[in-house]
Formats: sequence, C-alpha cells, structure tokens
Amino acid sequence: MTAMTMDAPRFVETKPLLTARNVSKSYGDVQALCDVSATVYPGEVLGIVGESGSGKSTFLRCLNLEETPDAGSYSLDLPDVDGNLFDLDRYARRMLCATRIGIVYQNPHLGLLMNHSSSGNVAERLLVAGERRFEVLREKARNALNASEFPLDRMDAPPIELSGGMQQRVQLAKAIALEPALLLLDEPTTGLDVSVQALVLDTLKRLQQERRITMVIVSHDLGVIRTLSDRVMVMRRGAVVEQGLADQVFQDPQHEYTQQLVHAKL
Amino acid sequence: MTPQFNRDAPVLDVRGLTKGFTMHHLGTQMAAFDDISFQLRAGEFLLLKGRNGAGKSTLLRTLYRSYLADSGQILFHSTHGVIDLARAADVDVSFLRKTEIGFVTQFLTARPRVSAEALVAEPLRLSGVAADDALEQARHWLYAFGVKRTLWAAYPTTFSGGEQQKVNLARALILPQRLLLLDEPTASLDVSARAALIDRLAELKANGTAMIGVFHHPGDVAQLIDREIDLTPDAKAQEEREDVVV
Repeated sequence: MTAMTMDAPRFVETKPLLTARNVSKSYGDVQALCDVSATVYPGEVLGIVGESGSGKSTFLRCLNLEETPDAGSYSLDLPDVDGNLFDLDRYARRMLCATRIGIVYQNPHLGLLMNHSSSGNVAERLLVAGERRFEVLREKARNALNASEFPLDRMDAPPIELSGGMQQRVQLAKAIALEPALLLLDEPTTGLDVSVQALVLDTLKRLQQERRITMVIVSHDLGVIRTLSDRVMVMRRGAVVEQGLADQVFQDPQHEYTQQLVHAKL
Repeated sequence: MTPQFNRDAPVLDVRGLTKGFTMHHLGTQMAAFDDISFQLRAGEFLLLKGRNGAGKSTLLRTLYRSYLADSGQILFHSTHGVIDLARAADVDVSFLRKTEIGFVTQFLTARPRVSAEALVAEPLRLSGVAADDALEQARHWLYAFGVKRTLWAAYPTTFSGGEQQKVNLARALILPQRLLLLDEPTASLDVSARAALIDRLAELKANGTAMIGVFHHPGDVAQLIDREIDLTPDAKAQEEREDVVV
C-alpha cells in the first residue's frame, strides 16, 4: 500500500480556487457523502470517478450550491466571495452560480429550456446577471455558442429539435457565457455516440487550454476523465478512496477499488 | 564551445528508492526494484540496463511520479530549490513537468482534431512562449525530424507509426528541460530520424540537460552515455565506474 503521505505544495504558491472540506450529507439512512474534501487550483481540471451511487454527482451538486450538505465548508478564492458558501441564502447562491459557476448536466433537460431558442437559453444566463441590451445579449450568446463550436445557423432552433451532441454544446455555451471561474461537468458526454463524444471532449479540452478555466468533471467513464483531467479523485460509497495525478491513478492505482475500476476498463 | 552550466551541479539524488506493486485481486505483492541509489549531474547521460522485467521502465515512471515509490527519496534540484519527487504535492509535480522534467515515450498520445504542429507547439505554449513563436519552433522541429511538410497541419491520429513517433519526439524534445527521462525513444524510427534524435539529445546534453534512458539498442546512443546502472538483481553495481563504454 501507499507508504508515503504527500507534502504540501512548495513551489506552486497560488492559492486553490476551490477548497471543500469535510463535506457530509445523508438522505435518511443513506450516507451519500462522508467527509469529502477537495482542492482545485486555478486552471486545473479535477476528475471525479466512481460508479453509480458513489456520491460523485451529489458532491458536484453541492459545489453548484444546489444541495446543502449536513456538514462541511466550501470556499472559492475570488474577489468579493467570502466565507463558507454553504451558508449563503438562496438569492446570494443564485447570483454566485449565475455569475461565477457554470454547469453542464448529463441530461440537457436539467440545464435548458427545451422549447426556447438555443440563443435565448444562453442569453438567459446573461439576463440573470443584469444585461438588458438586446444587441449585447445576442452578440454574447453568439460568441459563447461559437466558442462551444455550435453551428451558428442553428442558433435560433430550440434544443428539443437538436441532436444530443448539439444540446450539450448549448449547455456548454450557457455555462461559459459569463466566463465563469469554475466549470462543473456532470457526465457531459454520457449517452452520446462515441464520435460525438470525442468532439465534445475536444471542445472542452480546447476551451480549457485557451481560457484556463478551472473544471471539475464527474464521470463513470475513465476514458473521459483521463482525457481531460490533471488530477483524479476516486469515490466509493460517498467517500474518497484515492486521489493523485491522473496518470498515476490510472497507471499505478493504490486502492483495491481503483484497481478494479482500471482493470475493468475496455 | 564552453558549456554555459556547471557540470558539477547535481540534478538528481536518488536515495534508497524502492518500488513494488500490490495486486489486490490476487492478494500478492510484486517487487519492482529495491533500495536504488544514484546521483546525476547536469549534462550527464545515465543508461539503465537490465533484462526484461528488471524494472527499467518502472524506475523511469517512478522518477516521473506516474508510479508512487514505496520508500526512499528522489531529490530533484530544480531551479526553485530541492524537492523530493517521491512525496511532492501533485501540483508541484505538474508544475515541474511543464517546465523542468520531460518524459519521452515510444508512443504519441494524439488527440482528435489537433494538428501535428499544434501538438508539437503545446509544451512551449504551456511554458509561456507566445503562440506564434511556439508554432514557428514546432515547424522547425517537425522539419528536423523529417515529418513531411504536407503533414504539419494534418491530424496525427491517422499517421503511420513511424510518422507519429517523429511528431512525438519533436513534441517531447522541443522544450529544453533540466531532466529528461527517455523510455526507448529509438523504437520504430528510420535511420535519418534516429540521427536527428541523437543530434538533438547531444545538443540538449551539451546545454546541461541531465538524461536517464532505457534503450533496446544502447549502441544507438553510445556516444552520449556517461554512466550506466544495471538493474538486474545481483548485478554488480557500476554507477561508480567512470570508464564504462558500451
């Protein structure tokens, strides 16, 4: 087993953008999260893997302030953002999420109004943040859709008429429209055809490199996590069993459960 | 030409490094190597020898932190100070991989829809070089390794194994590093690409890059080798000898 505990950072002096400590959450008798802690540095991509029920999506929803845990703290190192974000009231949460945090869900119905135009879905995010000028809304929506590699000739089509891959691009455009400090991705390519999945992953990788967006991505698909992540956290039954550099966790997994996961990959 | 660096400057000081693998599904332990110690100075080239399974690649990966050491120290003398890579924070390791420690493998990790020149330029861009500059240097190295000009803007996912390996080397060697780990980089290379590789390694070495390499045919790099270590268990330790010639 791992003999060594790792040192604190010595050369990298920037503070983590995201710090979550000892987050716990139960639903009745089920402990969904048990003392989960994570740090993510600016520009870094943290991948969270684990099977269904491991708590990884619950943790992501906590980071998006959709869920309030029973215990734990969560902070973002941003100007004008202080204290434990779990303590914020509903209005403050909504503003913080609209302006600083973007999210892409596996199920586009959770993130989009399926019968409104795609450009309108993206612009809605800007409206929440206070933008009212029509031309600015349209221009910013167009830019975000373009950055997500969405075909602009379809920008007025409602998501319901689009393919799964295109719906994910609309979600992504909405998520990045306000240039968030943190982008959360919950199984963003699960359910897409493999070729479409590769294109969406490529778009994410490109955005990450060009804009240095800090990301947390949750997936049960190790290939997706491996493609995007700098570091990986492995969850099982609500707890973190292992974390490390992505190549290390995949090439030299320490925990029995991680070894099973890695060996089970095709 | 007089080297611009101090030949006595230590780069790596490995002390009592031990690595094994626990295979939980079998309930077994497999030792890889045990209690390895050696030093490496700027501009030195160390060859790892040993029969298959002796742990040569495992040692390289442990030094790069793709594998976790069981015990021992990997003291890396970076430009920021000395750090033990065996237990350095992940973010510090990531940072050093972008700036001071390189790893050259036999295979290119191509990405969909990323051109050969963009892939080669990437390490420079990540280290802070302006995009135009990085692209220009990338083209220079693609040319040097003999990748056809018509392929520079194409996606390497569809290239032959040999062409992919040239792109891989251009990418891995574009940014001069303080420490370079080489895992059989000459495999599947044609004669002229091999010559280009050896030229580039010699140039990096002359400028102070310390190297540790595993080669199927060490004769390929004979003129670069300063010292060697045999990882075969019970092999006589040779790291103190100065007169080794392959």
